[in-house]
Formats: sequence, C-alpha cells, structure tokens
Amino acid sequence: MRSSREPGWASKAAIYATLIAVTLAFAAPLIWMVSTSFKPVEQTMVDPPTLLPEPVTKIPSYAIDNYVGRIDENGEVIQRGVLRDPVIDFPLYLRNTLIVVGLSLTGMVLSSAVVAYGFSRVKWRGRNVLFFFVLATMMIPFPVLMGPLFILYREFGWIGSFKPLWVPAWFGSAFSIFLLRQFYMTIPREIDEAATIDGCSHWGIFWRMVVPLSRPALAVVALFHFVATWNDFLAPLIFLRDRDQFTLALGLQLYQSQAGNVPWNLLMAASTLVMLPILIVFLLAQRTFIEGIATSGLKE
Amino acid sequence: MRGRLPNWFVGLSFVSPWVVGFALFMALPIALSLYYSLSRYSLLDEPLFIGLTNYRELLGDAVFWKSLINTVVYAVIAIPLGTALALLVAWLLSARVRGQSVFRALVFLPSLVPLVAAAMIWSWLFNGELGLINNVIDGVLRPINAALGTDWRGPNWLGDADWVMPALVFMSIWSIGNTVVIYLAALQDVPVALYEAAEIDGVSPAGRFWHVTMPMISPVILFNVVTGIIGTWQVFAVPYIMLGPTGGPNRAGYFYTMYLYDKAFPFGEMGYASAMAWVQMVIILALTAVTMLLSRRFVYYRAG
Repeated sequence: MRSSREPGWASKAAIYATLIAVTLAFAAPLIWMVSTSFKPVEQTMVDPPTLLPEPVTKIPSYAIDNYVGRIDENGEVIQRGVLRDPVIDFPLYLRNTLIVVGLSLTGMVLSSAVVAYGFSRVKWRGRNVLFFFVLATMMIPFPVLMGPLFILYREFGWIGSFKPLWVPAWFGSAFSIFLLRQFYMTIPREIDEAATIDGCSHWGIFWRMVVPLSRPALAVVALFHFVATWNDFLAPLIFLRDRDQFTLALGLQLYQSQAGNVPWNLLMAASTLVMLPILIVFLLAQRTFIEGIATSGLKE
Repeated sequence: MRGRLPNWFVGLSFVSPWVVGFALFMALPIALSLYYSLSRYSLLDEPLFIGLTNYRELLGDAVFWKSLINTVVYAVIAIPLGTALALLVAWLLSARVRGQSVFRALVFLPSLVPLVAAAMIWSWLFNGELGLINNVIDGVLRPINAALGTDWRGPNWLGDADWVMPALVFMSIWSIGNTVVIYLAALQDVPVALYEAAEIDGVSPAGRFWHVTMPMISPVILFNVVTGIIGTWQVFAVPYIMLGPTGGPNRAGYFYTMYLYDKAFPFGEMGYASAMAWVQMVIILALTAVTMLLSRRFVYYRAG
C-alpha cells in the first residue's frame, strides 16, 4: 500500500517491470489483432508467427487489401476486403448499427434523465418504494425475459425490424436512472427554491437547471449505453430476421460461420474496425469513463 | 403549473416513462413467462396448460444439468480468480509512477472490446496450431522437452473438452479492466491516516492489507461479486461464437443461457424455455440473498 517513505530505486524498477509486463499482457491480444489485420492470408499461417508482415514496407498495400479489397478495371471485386466484400456487407451493417445506437441512445438519455428527476428532486409518497423496484430490476438478466419479449414483439409486429432494439430504451434504463439520481441528489436544493420563486415549474427547473448541471453524469450514462448497444449480440440475434438488417456484432460473426477456412486476416481487420469507434470514444472521454465506472461501483 | 399541481402528481409524471416501460417490457413478460412455464407452447399453436410437467422434465434433462453445471463451474472459478487478480492489478496500478494513466488505460481498454470481436480475437489466439498462446507455450516447453526427452505441447484449447473451460476463464481475466477501475477508486478512498496509524503501531504491510484495506473496501468487493454472479448467468456471446451453438466438444462450453436460447428459438419450445428462465431467476435471487446474508459477517460498513 502507500508508504510514507519513498521507495528505493530497486523496488521502483521492480514496480515498473511488473507494470509493463502486466499491461503488455492486457494489450497483447489487441496488438495481435491489428498485426494480423495487416497481413496477407498466407502469412497468418506461418509458424512461428511474426509480429509484422513481411516485408514490412508492404504494410500499406497489405492493409489496403484486407480493409478495402481489390477491384479490376471493370469494378469487379478480385480480392475481398472488409469494406468491399460481395459476401458480407460491412458498410450496411455499420449503417444499421448507427441507426439502432443513435435511436436507442437518444431515447435512453432523455427518458432516464426525466425519470431520475422524479426520483430525486420531487418529494412524494411512495417514491422510495418505487425506486427500490428500479434497483431490483437491475438483478433480472435479459435472458430471463427474452422468450416472452419475443412473443410480445411478435404481437406488435416488430420482429424483423429495429424496433425491439431501440424502443424499450425510450422508457429509461434502470442503471442510468440510478446513476443520474445519485448525481441529482448532490445538486443543492437552493437552486430549486430560487427557481420556484422566479416562477419556474418543475419542468423548467429540470430542463434549464438540472440538465445543464448534470452534463458530466449524462455523458457517463451515454457512454455506457453506447458501448453496451454497440456490443450487443443476443438481442439482435433474436429479434432481427434478414441479413440486410444485421448489426455489426451479428455481421462480424458471419466471417466465422462460413464454411471452410476462416479468413483470419479479414476477421481481424473487421474486428479492428468494430473496435475503432469504441477506441475513439474511449480516447476522447477516458476521464469520464474511468470516473463514471469508479462511481458506479462505489455509491450504493 | 406554478406549484399548483400536487407533488405526487408531478413526481409520478416524471417517473411515468419508467413505470410504463417496466409494466410493458418487464412485468408483463415475467407474468407471461410464468404462465408459459406451466404450458406446452410451441410458438405456432396457443399455449396449452400442463401444470408442472416442464419443471419435472427439467430435472431429468441431462443437457439442462450439463449447462447448469458448466455455468456454476465457470462462476466458481472465474469470479474468485477475477476478484483476486483485479485487486492485485488495482493495487499495482495505484503505485505512484510516471505514465500511470497509460498503464491504467491499457488495462481498462480490453473490457470495452465488443464481445464478438473479443471472441474472434481469442479464438485466433487459442488456435491449436497457429495461435499465439500455444506458440508461447511451445517456446517455453521446447528446452524442457529437450532436457527431459518428453513431448509436451500446448493443449488444443477450444478443440479439447478438458481445456475449453480453462480457456474461457483465462479469457474472462482479460476483461477485468472495469472491476480494476472500481477497486482502484476504492483503494484511493481508504483514508491514509488509517495506514499511518497502523504503521506506527508496527503492523506489517500484509497485516495492513488484511486489517485496514480489506475491511474498508469489502462493500465494493461485495458489489462486484454480486454483479459477477448475475453476469455469469448471461454468458452467451463468447462461447456461442468461439465454440459454436453447441458449445464445443462434448458441450464443454455450453452455458445455461445457450440452452435457454436453443429451447426458446431454434427448437421453439417456449414453455420449456420459460421454465428454465424461472429456475434461473430463482437461482439468481437465492444466490444474491445468500451473498448478502454472508456479507453481514464479512463486510464492514463505515458509519454515515
């Protein structure tokens, strides 16, 4: 643990060595993914494997082959690449995913913020009892509900559309409501009183005071929800029908379920692309992410 | 408005989206599934009430037991191991060193990797002949084999029923990043004064860990263990993709949710699947309750 004395250089070196070894172990699979995505397919099968494709100078052209593919002068695809592939339509899956994530994220953030306000800034009887139910629903995993939900959505005529993947989000998510409520509780009461004197309704207080003040918390729940929806596999698997509607998570799986040899280089290129938006979001919002996760675990 | 409307009306209006959503997408499905679990329901015909038959059939269903045991074994190994390693890594990352945020980011990042992509990466890493993991293992074993005259090799991970579960646990360790972040925050939350007091009293570093750190962070550990238990019952995408819908050789990686999914959708036996869902729900509630009760003995809550 923390020691009041400064550690000597020997123990400092040991700490650095361990830290580097551990982080390398965590990073290695991702490094391996990117490195494989740059290789021509023959080189994925050499033993022992090489970290970089040979010759190294050809990385740009190898990478283009795996990511963009090659076409002849008539525009026919002569080599499959992730973004130009007659078999697996990655750009279409990307578009589908963006639609689902966009709709789901907007609705989830708006409604969770409204609901969290009702659970924190308005005093009414039964509020805490109902909030207990919100917390309890977090214990019920999706697999328990998926069967009857399928039947329900079939009644609605939603199966084979994106609706099952985003409409429920417009009714708020328990986890986000919980996190936002915790944040709203920390906003001083005086703000409401001042606003009420100025003739502001609850809706006005919510919209003009609480929402702007809670931007960091809204960012946290938005980030979590973005990652969760982007990554979701089971719900799209159940509720979507046609290949044309697949999200990236489902589409990615098609590379593997094809008969014959798995094109590891294409698969890793596709995985890299699926990973990329998450990586970008993470790099832009690293602080928000880490602080948000720490809070979600600490405040009970 | 202007304070005209009673508070209960305003409050309920604000929370009404959740109330409607809960009724429609949670309470209704749960009620329906209770009825389905007592019915024969093939998705094509109307449900036919058959009493407890589905539950009775479950008891004699070898595949059900296999998937249940797999899930429990996975939980019993992965949760304690993950907790211990996450604590260890968090402790390591709490060292005040240069580049601290880079180390933290790299440990955290894998927990964000989409499960499908993670499953792809790891089936490539676990590949028996070309995989990176076996290349490393074989590299280590080569001099040993040469010295002892043996022919030890890395296992055929996903192709060998005995090694499927270790492979899945191994992989789960990779994504402990967000637990690490939670523990890291918890460790930093422990008042420094407590350590100083213990040090002055001559408590050894190990003693400080067991008698200061552990009690102070025990509520956080409890939270993560409960989340872990609930999470295990949702394991689906990774084994489904890495091992195929049947969970690999001898169904060694066939999890509870995979069987539930198979019964509900490919087989269309919604009644049977609903019975499984109810068994799952009861198990989760029971495990959570037991964990909470046990925790009274081990978890220390700070006043206030």
